[in-house]
Amino acid sequence: MSLPLAEVQAPHVDYKALSPLIAVTGGSILVLLAGLLRARLVQRVVLPAMTIAALLTAIGLTIWVWEPGDVKPIIEGALSVDALGLGVSMLFYVAGIVTVLMSLRSAAMREVGRGEYLTLLLGSISGMVVLAEAENLVTLFVGIELLSIPLYVLCATELWRRTSLEAGLKYLVIGSVGSATLLYGLALIYGATGSTDFAAIGAAVGKQVGVSDPLLLTGIALSATGLAFKASVAPFHQWTPDVYQGAPTPITAFMAVATKAAALAVFLRFFDQALISSQTDWAPALAVLATATIVIGNVGAIAQRSLKRLLAWSGVAQAGYLLAGVVVGTRLGLQATVFYLAVYLLMNMAAFAVVTARERVSEHGDDLASLEDLGMAQPWLAWPMTIAMLALAGFPATGGFIGKFYLIDASVSGDYTWLGIVIVIGSVISLAYYLRVIAVMWMGGYEVELPTLPRRRVRPVAGWSPEADARAQPELLVVAVVCAALTVALGIVPGPLFDAARDVGSSLAGAFSG
Amino acid sequence: MYLSILIFLPLASGLLAAALPARLARWLVLGAAVVVLGYAIAFLADFDSGRAGLQHVTDRSWISELGIRYQLGVDGLNLFLILLTAIAWVPATLWAAFTEGRRPRLFFFHLALAETAVLGAFCAQDLALFVVFFDLMLVPFYFLIGGFGSGDRVRATTKFVIYTLAGSLLMLAGAVALGVLATPEGGQISFSLAQLAQRSLPTGSQEWIVLLFAAAFFVKAPLFPLHGWVPETYRATPLPVLALLSGVLSKVGVYGFLRIVLPTMPQGAQHWQELFIVIAVVSILYGSVLAFSQDNARLVVAYSSIAQLGFITLGIFALDPKGAQGAVMQMLSHGLVVVPLFLIIGALATRAGGSESLSELGGMAYRAPVLAALFLIVAFATLAMPGSPNFVGEILILFGAFEHKLVYGLVASAGVVLAAVYVIRLFQRTMHNRPGPAVASRELARLELAAIAPVVAVVVALGVYPQLVLRRSEPATTAKLKPANPEVSVIR
Repeated sequence: MSLPLAEVQAPHVDYKALSPLIAVTGGSILVLLAGLLRARLVQRVVLPAMTIAALLTAIGLTIWVWEPGDVKPIIEGALSVDALGLGVSMLFYVAGIVTVLMSLRSAAMREVGRGEYLTLLLGSISGMVVLAEAENLVTLFVGIELLSIPLYVLCATELWRRTSLEAGLKYLVIGSVGSATLLYGLALIYGATGSTDFAAIGAAVGKQVGVSDPLLLTGIALSATGLAFKASVAPFHQWTPDVYQGAPTPITAFMAVATKAAALAVFLRFFDQALISSQTDWAPALAVLATATIVIGNVGAIAQRSLKRLLAWSGVAQAGYLLAGVVVGTRLGLQATVFYLAVYLLMNMAAFAVVTARERVSEHGDDLASLEDLGMAQPWLAWPMTIAMLALAGFPATGGFIGKFYLIDASVSGDYTWLGIVIVIGSVISLAYYLRVIAVMWMGGYEVELPTLPRRRVRPVAGWSPEADARAQPELLVVAVVCAALTVALGIVPGPLFDAARDVGSSLAGAFSG
Repeated sequence: MYLSILIFLPLASGLLAAALPARLARWLVLGAAVVVLGYAIAFLADFDSGRAGLQHVTDRSWISELGIRYQLGVDGLNLFLILLTAIAWVPATLWAAFTEGRRPRLFFFHLALAETAVLGAFCAQDLALFVVFFDLMLVPFYFLIGGFGSGDRVRATTKFVIYTLAGSLLMLAGAVALGVLATPEGGQISFSLAQLAQRSLPTGSQEWIVLLFAAAFFVKAPLFPLHGWVPETYRATPLPVLALLSGVLSKVGVYGFLRIVLPTMPQGAQHWQELFIVIAVVSILYGSVLAFSQDNARLVVAYSSIAQLGFITLGIFALDPKGAQGAVMQMLSHGLVVVPLFLIIGALATRAGGSESLSELGGMAYRAPVLAALFLIVAFATLAMPGSPNFVGEILILFGAFEHKLVYGLVASAGVVLAAVYVIRLFQRTMHNRPGPAVASRELARLELAAIAPVVAVVVALGVYPQLVLRRSEPATTAKLKPANPEVSVIR
């Protein structure tokens, strides 16, 4: 009795297309192993350098693999290495590099061990890449778990802080509920269409399976709910402010940017490709979700004094804007979403870098008061924060304006003019809190009473003086200034990013009818 | 001659000033403002008054994916508004150079950025580019008011920005909708105003899009129901900045009606003509009555501005060539009058221990004949005395209104009478009467004279020779009016 070995065919693996993912996972294993060496030099310098090198390699390989318009499912249709997946993965890699830089002096990384911390970070990034390239329900789920589990741990890495542990636990519980809902939805979709492959699902919907098949609709609703948890789309956003506030700030920044990008990427691929035939069913529902998200996020942010909570609520609102690009289900909408994701990364990273820098030296922690009179004390931190806030609010001469313009353009062209107006109204509400941040920095003697917070014991980073911090944390300064400069540059010369977005748009070319 | 140089020269000077030592910053920005004025005068000298079309056109692709072009041009409509901007910035910068001590690099950077944004908005011939500059104007003014104002400045500036940006973001949505919905089947999307004027948008769409634009322009002007930001902002703003805010910025909104709304959405404009005229007339009456009852000299001028902007809007929406011509004339002359008026209020305040309250002023003319004379000229111009450019503007607006909307024209004429009441009250309470408690009558210092007198001279000159403006602006104005009122015969 012998196994008919010859009949089992190993799937063909396109290692070239897979190479960026291999770089990230390989990097994570190497970092974990190198982390066992306790030498100071290794811990302080080599590990972060290895992580950044792995991510840079992944970026390089991505550029090498990049072929716009070329859709090639690899590993028997498990992953699709197309411009959408590659383009969004670039955002993950960049966000990863920035997170490493922001974590360099963070106590969390020192506390839990640098090797473990960085490995988890790389692991989460590889999950995101799998998610963004998933072409199959199973890969999608694997990706989302691979993304989430390291993040649950990373959220809780500030071991001595109760809020950090709470954030980790909360994220774990809510994330698991989200995953379970998603899994249930995916199972129902599989049940309705008889396939786990996106292309096959797309072909089946509207032909073998009626568009209003109850099984399919329930599946879509449940999987949308599961993804909405990850993207912090209202009404599944309640965990966001608590988790963002509790997690170490670099991790918050990473979650705010990269997790959102990953969730939006899968929204784009799953809804605008696999389920595009039933767009008339899900688009109105998603439009309502987007509207609710925009309103709830912006209104929720108004009352916040903690900068991390404020950015969390603002992130909820921004998720709503981004979702508008998914709703319209056109190539223009896809491009606008990807464009806005890239700008969103820059704006938020600039803001979070400043928050991190101030949080470490100010006795107010991440409270708004930590920015008081920053314009006088440290213009090099105040300007990036100002630009980030103006860009998030959608002022012109920043990438935020062009991004919003693009999204409104996509909404109006896709016959969702009212959604465009909702975006506009949301932006008006958002001024209330974005401008307050700027006012605190520049318009000293801010008249609103500051709360009487218990004075926090601060671990001095280098020296105590607040003025010293820009010089003491040059990497944060560099991140903030570079991100802010790019935000402005994209507001004036957006051409290159438009080209990239167009390439990405071509990747789902077959999905859109018109 | 390049409009881009005109627009971006102030910004360049502001950026450079931010890098220079603090004491040099102000002089550099002032120098740039003077150069910009010279360059703007060169544009006036070079202007071919017979043509309705654009001159000195710059037209390049900016964001081709969205159909946005970097398109600039001058015609009779914006020539004098560009000139007004260039003129107004010089005395305001000069005044600020001597009075602003705190964080000069930041202040003058924002002042320069503001000039760039305003000039850009006036020159832009692409709708999206106009929106960019229109919104960009807010950033420097937000900082100038919030960082350098007095009293409850942060609250005031936040209110100002939220009001204005609420309007202009609605306009953004309107602009995108206009661009997208006007695109013919299979055509390329375009925001070029010339293109949009040729493409015909369905009347139904025009009607609601016009409202979005009107929201932005009415807030900016400001006109009656949307003027809520005015009192707080006017109280908090530093004087030279206020002169610009009231003299120049308010014109961008009404200019937008002539430049954008009438040519691209003529049916929409006709549809709401009655409503807009009612708003204009109510603004005239409401502004005048409130101006009469204010104690703060700034607020007298503030509410008188609401009335004047009401006149301008009336002139535009009479949809009559005379009215529109009058509106253009009035935009220019109101701006030219308000700038010295605010600077004079500043001069008065320094002589009254910092008070701007009418009850604490008075008796200023006693030892200051030159100040009194200049103030009198400006005051007469404000109440549209014959011989002033404002008279020409208002009379043309009223002629236009009488022709098509007689009743509204008659009601609006009451505004002319009311203007006399509040302006003369302002003049009497400050210059005559018993001196206030802290008043020390002093002649204008050389600096004050240098800032105020040249602008007053321009006002007088325009009063004598209004044809300078009217002849050049007529072809462009009537061409813009043509789509909304086909009876207008285009000259040449």
